[in-house]
Amino acid sequence: MTFSRRRFLQLGLTASGALLVGMRAGDALGAAPMPPELLGDDLVQLTAFVMIERDNRVVIGARGCEIGQGVITALPMLIAEELDVDWSKVRVIQLPYGYEETDGKPGNRYGDQFAGGSTSIPTAWKDLREAGAAARWLLVQAAADAWSVKAHDLQTQSGHVIHADGRKLSYGALARTAAARQLPDTPIPTRDPATFRIVGKPTRVVDARSIVTGQNRYGIDEYLSDALVAVMLRCPHLDGSLESVDDKDARRIPGVKDIITIDGPKTGEVFDGPLAAGIAVLAENTWAAIQGRNALKPVWKTGPWTEESSTALSAKANTLLDEARNGIEVRRDGDLAASRKRARHTVSARYEVPFLAHATMEPPGALIELRNDGALLIASLQNPDGASRLISKLTGLPRNTIEIRLPRSGGGFGRRLANDFVAEAVLIAKQAGKPVKLMWLREDDLTHDHYRPFGVHAMSAVLDRRNRVAGWSHDCAATSRTYRAAGMQDDPLWKGCLEPDDFPAGLVDNLEKTFHPVTSGMPRGWWRAPLHTFHAFAVQSFIDEIAFEVRRDAVELRLEMLGAAREIPYRGHGGPVFDTGRMANVLKLCAEKIRWKDKRDDGRGIGIACHFTFGGYTAHAFEVSMDGDKLRIHRAICVVDVGRVINPLGLEAQIMGGTIDGISTALNLQITVRDGQVQQKNFPDYRLLRMADAPNKVEVHVVESTIDPVGGGEMGIASVAPALANAIFATTTVRIRKLPLMPELLRLL
Amino acid sequence: MQKSPESQAPASAKSTGTEKSAALAFDINGKPYFHDGDKAMPLLWYLRDILRLTGTKYGCGIGACGACTVLIDGKAARACLTPMQAVAGLKITTIEGLAAEKLHPVQQAWIENDVAQCGYCQAGQIMAAVDLLTRKSKPSDEDISGIANLCRCGTYPRIRSAILRAATLSRDVQS
Repeated sequence: MTFSRRRFLQLGLTASGALLVGMRAGDALGAAPMPPELLGDDLVQLTAFVMIERDNRVVIGARGCEIGQGVITALPMLIAEELDVDWSKVRVIQLPYGYEETDGKPGNRYGDQFAGGSTSIPTAWKDLREAGAAARWLLVQAAADAWSVKAHDLQTQSGHVIHADGRKLSYGALARTAAARQLPDTPIPTRDPATFRIVGKPTRVVDARSIVTGQNRYGIDEYLSDALVAVMLRCPHLDGSLESVDDKDARRIPGVKDIITIDGPKTGEVFDGPLAAGIAVLAENTWAAIQGRNALKPVWKTGPWTEESSTALSAKANTLLDEARNGIEVRRDGDLAASRKRARHTVSARYEVPFLAHATMEPPGALIELRNDGALLIASLQNPDGASRLISKLTGLPRNTIEIRLPRSGGGFGRRLANDFVAEAVLIAKQAGKPVKLMWLREDDLTHDHYRPFGVHAMSAVLDRRNRVAGWSHDCAATSRTYRAAGMQDDPLWKGCLEPDDFPAGLVDNLEKTFHPVTSGMPRGWWRAPLHTFHAFAVQSFIDEIAFEVRRDAVELRLEMLGAAREIPYRGHGGPVFDTGRMANVLKLCAEKIRWKDKRDDGRGIGIACHFTFGGYTAHAFEVSMDGDKLRIHRAICVVDVGRVINPLGLEAQIMGGTIDGISTALNLQITVRDGQVQQKNFPDYRLLRMADAPNKVEVHVVESTIDPVGGGEMGIASVAPALANAIFATTTVRIRKLPLMPELLRLL
Repeated sequence: MQKSPESQAPASAKSTGTEKSAALAFDINGKPYFHDGDKAMPLLWYLRDILRLTGTKYGCGIGACGACTVLIDGKAARACLTPMQAVAGLKITTIEGLAAEKLHPVQQAWIENDVAQCGYCQAGQIMAAVDLLTRKSKPSDEDISGIANLCRCGTYPRIRSAILRAATLSRDVQS
C-alpha cells in the first residue's frame, strides 16, 4: 500500500478548496460520503481529517478500526493537540475505508487503517500529528494573509489565531481561505510535547453516550432494506465437504427465501476464502434463517483429518521433542553442549499451550451489496484493506468501486484480521443476486476460527558454579502459525510461535532455540499478542522453576539475567531494540507493589512474571489462595512501560482488560479437536471469566516516559499466565505446566 | 449511488410471518406494539430485525452471555430465550428506552467510569445493573458478583465501580 503524504495532508484542497453548505464532501472529491449527521452543516475540510464549522466547532475523523482498543478517542486526540483546539469543542466521526488510486497505484487517503499488532498509536504518532499540524499551519497562513503580517508572528490558542497585539480570529472564520492555500513541500513542524494540553490527559471514550443508550451501530446492527439475512451451516470436519443436503423442510419455514451452498477450502490451499464448506439459508429475518438452518439435513464428507485429536497432537509434539532431530534452528549463540559439560546444575521442563478461539462478543458477520458498478461492505473489521482486495478478487470489481464502512466492532483480538466471513458473504450474495447480511452464530464462531496455535515448549537451562544461567535451550514443537496462512508462505515455520530475539536471547552466552512443526488441519491465526501469549508462559514459568531448583530469588534471578541497563538488538515486531533497563524497571516496580520480599503467613502465594510485547514492557504479579477447589485472586498488579501515554484512561482500560483477558484465558480456555472436529460449541464449553471470578480491581501502574509511544492493546496479557502459575505454585506447591491452569490444577491437587 | 443503511425503526410494528392468528399485544419502551407473526420468535430477533432496536445484542443465543438482557416488567431477562408468546401483555424496556429526559443513573455512571471498551456487551450489563439496583439499592460486592453477563474485553472492575457510583447517583436523585 503506497501512502502519499501530500495527498493525505491536502485532501480537501485539491478540488475547489472549501466545501459548500450541505454538499456531500465525498462526492465532490471522489472521497467517501459525508456522514449523514453532518449533512447540512457548514463545514470546511482541512486535510483528510479535520472539518471546521463556521461557529468554530471542529469535526475530526477517526481513521482506525475501533475494536475496543480506543483508537476512536486516542487518534483524534493527537490531531486535536496539533490543531490546537479545545477537546470539548471536538466532535469525532468514524471515517470509512479510504482506498484511492494515484497514477494507478493503490493507496489510502487516511494512511494506515489496520488494527493489529498494537500499531495504531506508534503509526499515528508519526503521521496524524503532522496532519493536525498541517491544518493548523493553513489556518495560521490564512490569518497572516488577512492581517498582512508574517505567519511566524502569530500564535494559536483554543481554536483561534492570535496576534501579539491582541487581534484574534477564530478557525471558523479562517477556514475557507485556509482551505484554498497549498501546503509547503517541507515537513510541517509538530509541537513540543512539553506543551501538550490534550495528549496525556485522561479522556473518556468519545462515543460512550451512544454506547450506553444503545444507539451505537456495530457491524451486526446494519441493515439494507432489500438484503436477506443469511445464516450458515458449515461442515464440522476440517477440510471436509458437502456430499448432499436435504433442504425440503428448511424451505418450508415461513420467511426462508433461498438456500445456497458454497465450497470450502481445498486441502493444502491457502486459507484466503471461506474456512469451511457450507449451506446458507437466506431469509427475511434472522430467526427464520436460524430455523431454516436447524431444519437442514446435510451429508458431510469427512476431510483428511479424521484421525486428528488434541491428545494425538500432544503426543506427536512430545515425540518430536524427545527425538530432538531435524529441528529448525531459530537461533544459536555460543556452545550450549560445552556449557552443559561444565554445568553445576541443569534444569528442564516442558510446557503445553492449547489452541485458542477469539470469541469476540460480536461474532463475525458482514452486510454486502454487489452491483455491476461496485460494492458496499459494512462490517466489523480489523483489516479493511484485506477485505477490499478479497472482494475485488472474488467479484472482479475494481477496488475503487468498493465502498467499505467501518462501524464499531464488538471486539477483535485478531479474529477480524482474516476476512473469511467477508468472502462467504460475497459468494452468497453473488449467487443470490441480492444484498446479503451474513450472521454468524456463536457455534459457528467457536468451531470455525483461525485458532492461536497449539504447542509444547521444552525448556532447559544450564547453571554455572555460582548458579547463574550459563546456557539456555528452548525447543518448541507446535502447529505452525504459517500453515496455509495467506501472506505467510515465505515466512519461516517458526514465525508466530517463537521469536529469535525474545528473552533471554542476547543475555545468555550459550543459547539455542529450535522449532519442530506439528502437522494439523486446524486453521491458525493471530490471537491478541499472538506469539507472546504462546511462549511467555513457558519462559517465565521456567525462570521460576530454575530459581526454585537452585534456591534463588525469582526476581533477582531475572534482574541478574537482564544485567546492566542497555539496548540489545530485537529484530521482531516491536524492535529494533529491547531495553533491558526498561524491563528491569517494570519488574522491580511490580515486585515493590506486591511486596515481594514480605513473607506471607496467611496461606496466600504471590507470583510474578515479565515480558516484552511489541515494544512495550510489562510485569504482572498476583496474590492468590485456594478456597477448596476455587482459586481466589486477592491482588492483581500490572506495571507497564509503553513510552509516552496518549490517553491514560484508555491505556489503563487496555491494561486492566488485557490482564483480565489473560486471567480468563490462562485459567479456563482451550479449544480441543477430536476426530478432526472442534469440540467447543458455545460459551458453556468455552468459559470466559465472569465478574464473580475476576479480581475486583486490577492495580495498573504506568511508567512515566517521554520515549515515543507504542500501543497498549496487547501489552497487558503475555505475562499473566506465568505470573498466575507462579503464584499458584507459591500457595499450593503444585507446578502447572499446561494451560489452561484450572483443569490441570484440579487434576494435580 | 450510495445507499444509506436503514437507521430508523418502522413507524409501527408489522407482521413477521404468515401465520394467521390473534396478534400478541405488549408494550416496548412505553409504546404499544402488536405481533401477529411467529409466536416462537425470540424477543431478541423481534427487537432487532423487526423493530430495528439494535441496542439489544446477540452473543450466544442460549442465555449464557447476557448480551441480550432486557427488562420485562422491570426484571432482567434474556431476550434470546424469551419467545414472543411469553411477552403478551407485558412491559419491555430495552437499552433504548432506559433514559427519559435525562440519562438513567446507571448510564450516567457508565460514562463517568469510562466502562466501555468495545462496548458490545454493555447494553446487557447496564440492564442487569438496573435490575440489581432495583432489588438492592446498596449492593454489596457479592451482589454485584451475581451479574453473570460476559465481557470479553475485561471491563469488570469498571462495571463494579460504575454500579456503586450509580447506586450513589440513584440515592441522590431520590433524596
